[in-house]
Amino acid sequence: MGDLTTISSNLLYAAFFIYLTATFFFGGTIRDKKKGSSRVAGNIGITITIIGFLTQLGYFFTRWGASGHAPVSNLFEYTTFFGMMLVFAFIVLYFIYRVDLLGLFALPIALLLIAFASMFPTEISPLVPSLQSHWLYIHVTTASLGQGILSVSFVAGLIFLIRQVDQTKRSKHTMWLEFVIYIIAATVAFIVLSSTFSALNYQAEFEAPVEGQPVTITYEMPAITGPAGGELLTEDAASPLFDAPEWMRGEDAAKKFNTFLWAVAGGLVLYWGLRLIFRRRIAAVIQPLLKKVNPELVDEVSYRAVAIGFPVFTLGALIFAMIWAQQAWDRFWGWDPKEVWALITFFFYAAYLHLRLSRGWQGMKSAWLAVGGFGIIMFNLIAVNLIISGLHSYA
Amino acid sequence: MNEITCECGHVNPEGTVLCESCGKPVEGNQHIDGNDQKELLNMRYDGSARRSQTYNRTWVDKIWNFFSSVKVGVWLIFITVIASAVGTIFPQEVFIPGNADPATHYRDQYGIAGQIYYQLGFHDLFSSWWYMLLIAMIGISIVIASIDRFFPLYKTLKNQKPKRHELFMKKQRVFGTTETQNVDVERFKANLKKRRFRVYEQDGHLLAEKNRFARWGPYVNHIGLIIFLLGALLRFVPAFYVDEFIWVREGETILISGTDGQYYIENKAFTLETYDKDNPDDARFKEAIENQNGAIPKTFRTDAVIYERTNSDVTGAEAELEQVKEGASTMNNPLKFGDYALYQASYQLNEFKEMSFKIHDKDDESTNYGEFTVDLTNPQSTYELDEGYRVEIANYFPDYELEDGEPVSVSKYPRNPAFVFQLFPPGESEPETSFLGIGANVDAGGENEYKLGLTEFDVRDVTGLTVKKDETLWLIAFGGAVFMIGVAQGMYWNHRRIWLQPRSDGVWIAGHTNKNWYALRMEIDKAIEGTGIEAPVDQHEMKS
Ligand code: HEM
Repeated sequence: MGDLTTISSNLLYAAFFIYLTATFFFGGTIRDKKKGSSRVAGNIGITITIIGFLTQLGYFFTRWGASGHAPVSNLFEYTTFFGMMLVFAFIVLYFIYRVDLLGLFALPIALLLIAFASMFPTEISPLVPSLQSHWLYIHVTTASLGQGILSVSFVAGLIFLIRQVDQTKRSKHTMWLEFVIYIIAATVAFIVLSSTFSALNYQAEFEAPVEGQPVTITYEMPAITGPAGGELLTEDAASPLFDAPEWMRGEDAAKKFNTFLWAVAGGLVLYWGLRLIFRRRIAAVIQPLLKKVNPELVDEVSYRAVAIGFPVFTLGALIFAMIWAQQAWDRFWGWDPKEVWALITFFFYAAYLHLRLSRGWQGMKSAWLAVGGFGIIMFNLIAVNLIISGLHSYA
Repeated sequence: MNEITCECGHVNPEGTVLCESCGKPVEGNQHIDGNDQKELLNMRYDGSARRSQTYNRTWVDKIWNFFSSVKVGVWLIFITVIASAVGTIFPQEVFIPGNADPATHYRDQYGIAGQIYYQLGFHDLFSSWWYMLLIAMIGISIVIASIDRFFPLYKTLKNQKPKRHELFMKKQRVFGTTETQNVDVERFKANLKKRRFRVYEQDGHLLAEKNRFARWGPYVNHIGLIIFLLGALLRFVPAFYVDEFIWVREGETILISGTDGQYYIENKAFTLETYDKDNPDDARFKEAIENQNGAIPKTFRTDAVIYERTNSDVTGAEAELEQVKEGASTMNNPLKFGDYALYQASYQLNEFKEMSFKIHDKDDESTNYGEFTVDLTNPQSTYELDEGYRVEIANYFPDYELEDGEPVSVSKYPRNPAFVFQLFPPGESEPETSFLGIGANVDAGGENEYKLGLTEFDVRDVTGLTVKKDETLWLIAFGGAVFMIGVAQGMYWNHRRIWLQPRSDGVWIAGHTNKNWYALRMEIDKAIEGTGIEAPVDQHEMKS
């Protein structure tokens, strides 16, 4: 079976580079001056994207073969699958509206997701009893598909905002837009730093009290912040600048906080580095490239993605989830944090749909809502798993 | 009722904004839909007369108008979103350790923030009265808003005629004029039919319409939501909903609580399997198993037999049992019988079943003055031994722990049994007292001649099962299904209409859709191909 596992991870690498290539072709469409004239770059871009998608499907099914269960059961598997669903949703919306630039933004987000996923343990893990159900696959895949489609709404919303926000003066809009870009930079920084330190095999061990018991905690990144009351054991490792606050209990809390600080700091360096080079807001740098984009059209793409994704999400993340929960835990609903956040997502997009019905909510306001919705989805995917762990606790 | 007769002859109810038949804006009512402020008509509900927009006199009107406002609905939803999010900051009361007192737990674990959280009631948010109230208000809002809009909209769409008033045409968002006598109307109709439009004609005026049913999607999905909520409400009726928990020891047959004395269960065996990296089946998980501290469970299973009591009409009599089912309950596969289901929910390994003791000289373990066995689930108070010795159990702690220097039992299950024994040697009336537990054997007075020694013990596993009967599930599932049908209906189809009006110098064309205007224009572009009609423009200017 070892072979299948290797093939599987190679296919994932391949898919990653294929998406990257497709991104460049979509980038090339910026140069198509005349509207609707040469579609060459766009056509090549979408073809390569589809090949990448099929490659990633190959990864998915070979890994399924190797592990004996659908690979959607830990944070790594789930997040890569989410990336794949985002690509799929992009392909679907591309064929409805044929907006080339959507690819230029959607694929990098998918790439980031896949790279981000790879920072978590990637080994094939066994299923605990509650996860041994077909409803698990059905629920997770459908929910993830729904989230992928909803994320396209964010991608289109982001294009809309970069295109439409007035960059000649400072405003709340410019500030928040830069903040979104900064978050993306911090994610990139996290990926780069984690891979670098893991390539260097960096390790620093601490002994610190957890619930009154001394335990050893291994940091994989140099400690900016050490565990409260901790003592550095590794000789040549740099000692932390300060201790994590007392209230951060739990074995890994301080370590996660440290990683978070690295990402925040790395993001700042990356973001301000770029700003120093361009001497302008990053969104202002990108804006001229989007002149060709029809704002009405991307607004509609953003809305259409919600219209398509909302029912799928509801089916997967609420209805199928309830069926599974009823079987596994004898109650279809238990208010555990993951469930509550799925409900919050549902309510949020329901509110979005109702607001869209009133005048004045098209365009800018909707685009911001789409960004907020994606924030909620990512929060549910990452933060709820890593910080507020409930029954679903992956990883 | 002040009915309004339009110049086209149609009689409209009070509060109508656009004539139901020809769409002419009704004078004096344009402010209702905000048309007086805009160039274009607000077509949301086709200018139909909604109760909420028409009356605002009595308190009934005011309540009606409050709940039928989408703005209010959205606010209610947002408040629920924020409250729910806050409810996940710290664990809910049901997730904190069973023996912790919430009054102190939140402060001890999370400091001052936890204290505030607890005092504001967020620790039990989802069963708090105000969270329930929010959900109830959303429910009421859904019902009222839907009734307010559905009936007028339905009536208007039924009464609409192809012949439209000039103003109605001009003030549509998608509108265009063509000045030519060479318009191929037949081709236009054929194109539209090919695109699955229904085409209606009146004096040369055309109305092409498709997917009107999509307009009912929101109302269908709202009905689904209401059915779902009613189903959830039904669980407060005990006849519809049973939720009990039982512990069953291996080998034991007990009454299943919640079944009105009807069903019994025998636990044949409880099995816990874990993943094993040396097992060829699990070899693919080797790395993950090694990275995990502690075993990863693979299966929890209870093999059980279910009996039904056949003489339940005879009270007080010994139960007569008849086997109805033999099977297993594992996670994800509950054991079902009658209206009930047993879910594998918990377990306890190696609970003590019996303990045997013997009496010997304090200093010589090889002596033996008699033996007795204590059934830990049902200990006797006195054990008379053949040799004349008598042992009384002065105190029994099934799950012993020392708390502030006092021995206590933290549960009623024999997980860590301990005893205070009083031993009466033959003829004596003054007992020797001793304390006995796992790894403890204390002579209370320090002057005992005899000692009690543990010779043997027997353990068994215990399974924890939830007993469920849920007659509300079908209603909840039905509500969910109706909701899904409704959203799909409203989201995956769009209601599109195209009007064509003959003019002396050519034609006018107008289009309306309830969503996705770009897609509508692409559709119109295809419909006018080869007809000589010029493409209409989108008159809407996005202000962003
Ligand atoms: C969480 C609860 C709710 C859900 C999931 C929900 C769902 C929906 C959906 C999916 C639509 C269709 C939107 C569209 O076609 O773009 C809709 C429309 C609508 N909803 Fe709700 N809704 C909810 C609560 C409410 C509430 C509280 C109100 C009260 C004001 C309300 C009033 C309406 C109205 C007036 C429409 C438009 C109907 C039409 O266009 O004919 N909804 N709802």
